[in-house]
Amino acid sequence: MKIYFDHSATTPVDKRVLEVMLPYFSEKFGNPSSVHSFGQEAMKAVDEARQKAADFLGCAPEEIIFTSGATEADNLAILGTVNFVTPSFSSDKSGLKAGDTAAVTNPHIITTAFEHPAVLETCKHLEKKGVEVSYVKPNTDGIISVADIEKEIRDNTILVSVMYVNNEIGTIQPIREIGELVKKINTERMTREPSSPDIRQGRRDDILIGFHTDAVQATLYENMNVSELGVDLMSISGHKIYGPKGIGILYVKKGTKLKNIQHGGHHEFGLRPGTLNTPLIVGIGQALELIKNRDNEKIKNLRDYLWTELQKNISDLKLNGNWEKSVPGNLNVSVSGVEGEAMLLGLDLEGIAVSTGSACSSGSLEPSHVLMALGMSHEQAHGSLRVTLGEENTKEECDQLIKILKPLVEKFRNMAPKNV
Amino acid sequence: MYSPIVLEHFKNPHNQGNMPDADAVGQVGNPVCGDIMKLYLKFRAEDKDKPVAEKVIEDIKFETLGCGAAIASTSIMTDLAKGKTVAEALKITRQEIADALGGLPAPKIHCSILATEALEKAIEEYKKIISNL
Repeated sequence: MKIYFDHSATTPVDKRVLEVMLPYFSEKFGNPSSVHSFGQEAMKAVDEARQKAADFLGCAPEEIIFTSGATEADNLAILGTVNFVTPSFSSDKSGLKAGDTAAVTNPHIITTAFEHPAVLETCKHLEKKGVEVSYVKPNTDGIISVADIEKEIRDNTILVSVMYVNNEIGTIQPIREIGELVKKINTERMTREPSSPDIRQGRRDDILIGFHTDAVQATLYENMNVSELGVDLMSISGHKIYGPKGIGILYVKKGTKLKNIQHGGHHEFGLRPGTLNTPLIVGIGQALELIKNRDNEKIKNLRDYLWTELQKNISDLKLNGNWEKSVPGNLNVSVSGVEGEAMLLGLDLEGIAVSTGSACSSGSLEPSHVLMALGMSHEQAHGSLRVTLGEENTKEECDQLIKILKPLVEKFRNMAPKNV
Repeated sequence: MYSPIVLEHFKNPHNQGNMPDADAVGQVGNPVCGDIMKLYLKFRAEDKDKPVAEKVIEDIKFETLGCGAAIASTSIMTDLAKGKTVAEALKITRQEIADALGGLPAPKIHCSILATEALEKAIEEYKKIISNL
């Protein structure tokens, strides 16, 4: 019996998603940008998928940008914002130009210390180019405090990027509250007197802050209505929501200052050149549409059951994150006195797939940056196990996990030196 | 990712356990790096009066807290060291450990290094003890 408990890594493609994708590989293969009937047939499918995505997010279809995945969406959101407001970062003319009063020469970005690498590494890359970045630390339970974001806001802040749900510990971040904060700051900036008397109507010299959220791990479970959340930019991934890999979406609110980061044709309103990938776009559209009928309650009950049973069967467990403020599918625990990769491997040999934040599984010697950002000890981080549940998981599978894990933990605890 | 030999040693490690009457004990690693290895050595009784380098490792046991590669590396190292003289055992390289395991993934090379260090540490500790006698 093979059991998959790693849904935050990826999900299987729903058969109903695959079904609607298939005709767009070999039969309806036209390039959506072509004027002839082959192209128009494909474009119709793209338009329908875009509409489904727009319905899901509560936005206009023109605000949906299809990308190759959430990593690209995150890159576009962050680099594209910097490229727009900082002329020295880009060569062409679609953003602000040197001398524009709203141009920022030393942009500042606020993000968090436990973002996905797609955001974190993009910010680090920009730091090397002179962009200032603040990495706000979460509280020990894995929640970002809005006040901590507010403290970091400076006059040259152009972007706030905070993930909606953390991928390792499943904690839900106060996106709506941060959205309100950004709105408040922007309103203050818009209503204050222009600093230069030369500034006439039209362009002001105020720098407005854009608000981006990487919502990859939230899409299945949380309120995704962009206007209710107050976000300007939002990244979504296809393969975390029972859709295909290689497709993502960046929601870009109308009027958001954003510039393309790659060059080519006029696809995706000039923001993302590249031939539209019809089958994958159709797939993500369908995956989004199916979300409203998914059974989150079932997953939540499974998680409750699993955590209760784990505690009954294995001693010295610690829950990582925040039980109340986390998505139903995520259970991240640290098992004291055991190394995470050994547990992962032991479970894998029995056909059970989980994940860990241990250094030994990451290719580096450092444990998960997420767990370390919570202020956790190295030992606790090394002993972490992430179980992420999905729709197809059952109670029997949870029982099987415990049945295998319990003796494994005992074995590894016995194997370890006693004086550590 | 792991060779079948690594997985076999991971599942059924050789010479695993502690040794209350060990002649030499060495522990390396720390909780920060995540791997801790403890090694116990018993020398052949008839080598009692021989120099340390010539003593034969008659029995060896290990305890490890760590990943699959760490467990497998210590396990195979004990196989390689058992029956060798101290001088011979100290010549075991990380490469020999990795080779004997059918290869280790690049990020896991430090596990094989740690295994050689555990042996060095046990011998070092033993030398300290006998020099104080």
